[in-house]
Amino acid sequence: MIEVVNLKKSFNSVEVLKDISTTINEGEKVVIIGPSGSGKSTFLRCLNCMEDPTDGKIIFDGVDIADMNVDINVHRQKMGMVFQHFNLFNNKTVLENIMLAPVHIQCQKMKKLKKQKLLGKDINEDILTKKQIIEKEKKRAMELLERIDLQDKADAYPASLSGGQKQRVAIVRSLAMNPEVMLFDEPTSALDPEMVGEVLELMKELAKDGMTMVVVTHEMGFAREVGSRVIFMDEGKIVEENTPDEFFANPKSDRLKDFLSKVL
Amino acid sequence: MGNFQVKWEAFSRAFFDNGGYKEVLSGLQNTVLIAVIGLAIGIVLGTLLAIAEVMPQYKTLPKILNKISHTYVAFFRGTPIVVQLLVGYFVLRPLLGLQTINALTSCIIIFGMNSGAYVSEIMRGGINSVDPGQMEGGRSVGLSYSTTMLKIVIPQAIKNILPSLGNEFIALIKDTSIVSFVGAKDLYVAFKYIGTNNYEFMVPYLIMALIYIVMVLMITALIKLTERRLKKSDRSSES
Repeated sequence: MIEVVNLKKSFNSVEVLKDISTTINEGEKVVIIGPSGSGKSTFLRCLNCMEDPTDGKIIFDGVDIADMNVDINVHRQKMGMVFQHFNLFNNKTVLENIMLAPVHIQCQKMKKLKKQKLLGKDINEDILTKKQIIEKEKKRAMELLERIDLQDKADAYPASLSGGQKQRVAIVRSLAMNPEVMLFDEPTSALDPEMVGEVLELMKELAKDGMTMVVVTHEMGFAREVGSRVIFMDEGKIVEENTPDEFFANPKSDRLKDFLSKVL
Repeated sequence: MGNFQVKWEAFSRAFFDNGGYKEVLSGLQNTVLIAVIGLAIGIVLGTLLAIAEVMPQYKTLPKILNKISHTYVAFFRGTPIVVQLLVGYFVLRPLLGLQTINALTSCIIIFGMNSGAYVSEIMRGGINSVDPGQMEGGRSVGLSYSTTMLKIVIPQAIKNILPSLGNEFIALIKDTSIVSFVGAKDLYVAFKYIGTNNYEFMVPYLIMALIYIVMVLMITALIKLTERRLKKSDRSSES
C-alpha cells in the first residue's frame, strides 16, 4: 500500500533520515519505536509528505507522492494523521472539526461535476446540493461522535475538552475522510497518564476493524499487543524490524538490546 | 472671560444660525467614512500582503508575490501619508486618466492602501502567533494551503490582533485630518469654514479637538470591551 524507496531527509545540513526503504502492506499495523532524535517522527511525517522528502520515493496506491508535481491534497485525504498535540481547529466546534474537510472537499467535487455537466459531459453520479452534503456529513459526524461517546460535546469548542477527549476527536476527524491508512505521531505522549487508556482503546478498536496503521509510540505494551510488525529506528536508519514476539523476546542488534533494557 | 463670551457668541452664530453645523456633520461623516472604509480596504489588502509574506517559498510565484509585498510595505511605510496623498492625487490620478474619481474617493483609496501596509505587518504577526499545528491539522485531512489559511488560521489570527487593529483605526482617524491637502472636506475643513466666517478660530478649533478626543475615547472603550469579551470566552471555555 505504501512503498518507501530510498527515503532521505535533511534539515539544512543535518541528515535526519538516511536511505530508508520499507513497505507497508494493507491491513498491517506497523509500530515504530526508537530513542528521541532517531528520526521516527520525521519518517512518519514523510509518509504523507508533511515533510517533503529530500530524496527517494513514497509510492502510495501506485503514485509517487514525493513528486512535487503530484496534487498531494488528494492523496492526503486517504491518509489520516493523528498528532501528538491533537491539532484540532481551535476556532471550530467539535462537530465542525469533523465535518469541515469532508464537506469542503465534496462541495468542490460537486462544483466540478456541475461544470462538466454544463459542458455537455455525461455524469452518472448523483450531484448533491451543498445542503444534502452537509446533512449527510453531519449524520456521519454524529455517528462517529457516538462511537467515542462524545455526542454531547458536539457543540463544544476544543479548549473545553480534556486531552484524551481531544485526541479521540482528532482520530474520528481523520476517520471522517474514510482514509485507507492512519498515521499516528506519538498520539499519547502529551496526555495525562489517566487518559492514555481511552485513546489506546480506540486505536485498538480501529486495528480490530482492519485499518492499516503506522504508529510512532513509546507505548511498548501497545506495540506488543496490537502491532503486526515493530520497527526500531536509530540515527535515521531502520536498525531492526520483526514481529512483536520476536522483536521483544529475541532482539538481535546490541543497540536494540540496550534500548529495550532501558525502557522495559 | 468677557472676551471668550464674544468668541463663543461668534461661534454659536456661525454654527447654529449660518448653518455651520451642517458643514460639521458632513465633515464628520467624511472623516468617519475615510477611516472606516480605509480600514476595511486595509484589512483585505493587509491580509493578502501578509499571506504573500508567510507563504512557503518553494515556487516562483510565491517568491514574486513576496517581493511585491516587501516593496509595497517598504514604500507605504517609508513615505509620509501626506506625500502619498499628494502623489496619488496630483500625480497618479491625472497620469492614469482617473480624473473622474473625486477627492473623497481618492482619499479613501489612498488611506486604504496606506493602512494595508500597516495591517499586513500586524496580520503577519497574528498569523505567526497561531500554532503551526493548526496548519498541519488542516493539511493532514487533505485541505489545501489556501483553504486552511482562510478557514482556520486567519480567523484565529484576527482574534489575536483585534487590539492592534483598533490602534490602527485610531491612527487612521487622526491621520484623516490632512485630507484637505487635496481638497476633500473633513472635520478640519468644516471648522475652518466656521472660523473663517468671522475670523474667530479659538472656539472652533477647541471643539474640533474635543470631537477627535471623544471619537478616539469611544473607539478605545470599544476595543477594551471586545478584548474583555474575548478573554472571557477563552476562560469559560477552558474551565
